[in-house]
Amino acid sequence: MSALTLDFVPLWTIICGIAVFLYVLLDGFDLGVGILHGFAKGREARNLVMNSIAPIWDGNETWLILGALGLLAGFPLAFAIIIPAVYFPILVMLLALVFRGTAFEFRYRDAEHRTFWDHAFCYGSAVATFAQGVVLGSFIQGFKTDGQHFTGGSFDCFTPFSIFTGIALLFGYGLLGAGWLILKVEGELQDWARRLGKICFLCVGAAVFAVSIWTPLADPGIAARWFNWPNPLFLAPVPIVSAAIAWWEWKALSGRAELAPFAAAILLFAMSYLGVGISLFPMVVPHALTLWQAASSPSTQAFLAVGTLFLLPIILMYTGWSYWVFRGKVRADIGYH
Amino acid sequence: MMTLDPVLLSRLQFFWVIAWHILLPAFTVGLASFIAVLEGLHFVTRREVYLRLSGFWTRIFAISFGMGVVSGIVMPFQLGTNWSRFSAATADVTSPLLAYEGLMAFFLEAAFLGVLLFGRKLVPAWAHLIAAVMVGVGTLFSSFWILSTNSWMQTPAGYRLENGRFEPVNWIDIIFNPSFPYRLFHTVTGFYVTTAFVVVGVAAYYLRRGRFIEEARTMFSMTLWLLTVLVPLQIFLGDAHGLNTREYQPAKLAAIEARWETGSRVPLTLFAIPDQEAQTNHYAIEVPVLGSLILTHDPNGTVRGLKEFPKEDLPPVIIPFFSFRVMVGLGFIMLAVVALSWLLRAQHRLFAARWYLALCQHVAPIGFLAVIAGWITTEVGRQPWTVYGLLRTSDSVTPSLTGTDVLISLLGYILVYLIMYPTGVLMMARIVARGPASAADGAEPIESGRPQLPVRALPRTSDKEASA
Repeated sequence: MSALTLDFVPLWTIICGIAVFLYVLLDGFDLGVGILHGFAKGREARNLVMNSIAPIWDGNETWLILGALGLLAGFPLAFAIIIPAVYFPILVMLLALVFRGTAFEFRYRDAEHRTFWDHAFCYGSAVATFAQGVVLGSFIQGFKTDGQHFTGGSFDCFTPFSIFTGIALLFGYGLLGAGWLILKVEGELQDWARRLGKICFLCVGAAVFAVSIWTPLADPGIAARWFNWPNPLFLAPVPIVSAAIAWWEWKALSGRAELAPFAAAILLFAMSYLGVGISLFPMVVPHALTLWQAASSPSTQAFLAVGTLFLLPIILMYTGWSYWVFRGKVRADIGYH
Repeated sequence: MMTLDPVLLSRLQFFWVIAWHILLPAFTVGLASFIAVLEGLHFVTRREVYLRLSGFWTRIFAISFGMGVVSGIVMPFQLGTNWSRFSAATADVTSPLLAYEGLMAFFLEAAFLGVLLFGRKLVPAWAHLIAAVMVGVGTLFSSFWILSTNSWMQTPAGYRLENGRFEPVNWIDIIFNPSFPYRLFHTVTGFYVTTAFVVVGVAAYYLRRGRFIEEARTMFSMTLWLLTVLVPLQIFLGDAHGLNTREYQPAKLAAIEARWETGSRVPLTLFAIPDQEAQTNHYAIEVPVLGSLILTHDPNGTVRGLKEFPKEDLPPVIIPFFSFRVMVGLGFIMLAVVALSWLLRAQHRLFAARWYLALCQHVAPIGFLAVIAGWITTEVGRQPWTVYGLLRTSDSVTPSLTGTDVLISLLGYILVYLIMYPTGVLMMARIVARGPASAADGAEPIESGRPQLPVRALPRTSDKEASA
């Protein structure tokens, strides 16, 4: 029984945090590659772009299930408020992901309809990304709730801010995707990825900057978190480090570095994630519920923690290893036919 | 008014997405075990035919498993988007079971599926066999957790109610709730039978055309032997499951039998049009006493009738009544197909009787129909509850949803699934048309819906890079 008296909320916060971040990162870059795919010229370039994510994209998507189930298991009340509040973005995201996954498979088998499935893959990726950005934006803004249920309407989540974050995420994932492509391809195609990467970087950089101004202006709680003395003393490194990473990203995209653009993009996402976390902690439903209020029972958290702490590291190690063996440039001659 | 009821539309939506999803595990759970058996037979006997068959079915497995994952992503979100009150009320009990399913499925996918799909030439034969077995075991683990969750909703146990939420008291009681063992064995056997009839159907298709004779005869014969065991076993398990339902969900059993009055020596109603309003049956065709005999194993046994329960606690009788009869009817058709195989074997005409091969080819999808019918029986029979007797379906739905919201989402799911599923089936049909011989030559890629695992990156398999 002693296990039941432990507070598992921090552990589950970390587990869910990792799962969601890994999803954003991993599916983020392959959704980004999917978006950029729509701009690739010529069949060979398109095939190379596709092949760069062929081995890993659907493994990446599995983190979405773990993220959703982690939220349900760790913080059921948050799950029961957030998911209904973003009913349509979630619907659109799921349909786009299903459609995109199907397009990925069929693109190679249905030669007559190659163009159709190519488009389906690109648009599916973009629509799923936009929907996730809307989820993010409306999450930051918070939802109408009575503390137990979502009490607003299913279209409330579409606000100027959430549309803005939706568009911003297109460029964010585009930047991740460009970073991945720079790592995986060579020559002209790599130059092309650098050019698109720069565009995405400028747009997402401006968007992150705008959000960083917008949210404290719109939300006194977030403003207090960042600007009430002595918080700026502790939190100042966040914008400073972010700016340094942004500078590094620009240099990397402009130069010949192959790993740095992707690495810097990951760090930029990590810093943004951290920034959102700092703004909202300890709320899991902004303005409504803390992590502790939304948590499942200690018995539930303990029972699931046992298996998760055993299985999750193995999954992480294996995922890491599979990326390791797939390192190196993707070639045109091997691949789908 | 009815058409824009968010509860009804949410139920239709759940039916739509899970009915399509369930077809894939119904196929892949059995297929994974079949592949493991083929690999085992090849390991022991070294006969090439088993290898060709294993390669052939692994290609089909990869596509159906991939479709299963894609359609599976939709499922946990349904609990949030449309059934948020169910989620909030039951998550403390059910969510770990669902999460364990996710973790284990992910683990299995990461660790063993890649070796099975792409590792034949890269790992020792025994390691490949272990990978095949582990994939099979993994699909069974998935079934275990999902069916445990479903069974808990049917026969909740090991919980206490606190502020309208279910709190866990005893995890063993929760996982091994009263209907779980019966549901697990009945469902998994149903999945095996489903796969077996597909295998028999494909084999019959080849035999009728005189193609891939050795492979076709091998799988035709071995699978019919398997069905010889499984179909009678399934009828026995179904009967045991029925006794369990009589004990724990008497209103469901009464609905399945359209039995309105409690009584002993009750007849078996073969056909009727149940009338929910008038609480009676029209045009009933009945066999005296047989109802008590089947349902209680005693001609004088008492069967509780629907009138014993409040009207608002009754499921829509007509649906489980007919879906159950469809399931049982299909079960007896299966039994007939199996029995005919014994006769033909005795006459040494198993591969020669053309009418029988045609029959086998055309009953290939029979298991899917039976699974769907059985699933409708048990889920609609559970109504009007999501947690039986404790939480009403109408109290489970997301309160913020309007009928229009759900109508839009339902139409979206219908559209996308109607594109995805036929195309997927077409792809599998093409593999069948190409046949098992091409699977063995190694030049063709495994057509996978799964992540390509590390082994594929190695030079030996570069020519197989193609799939995913």
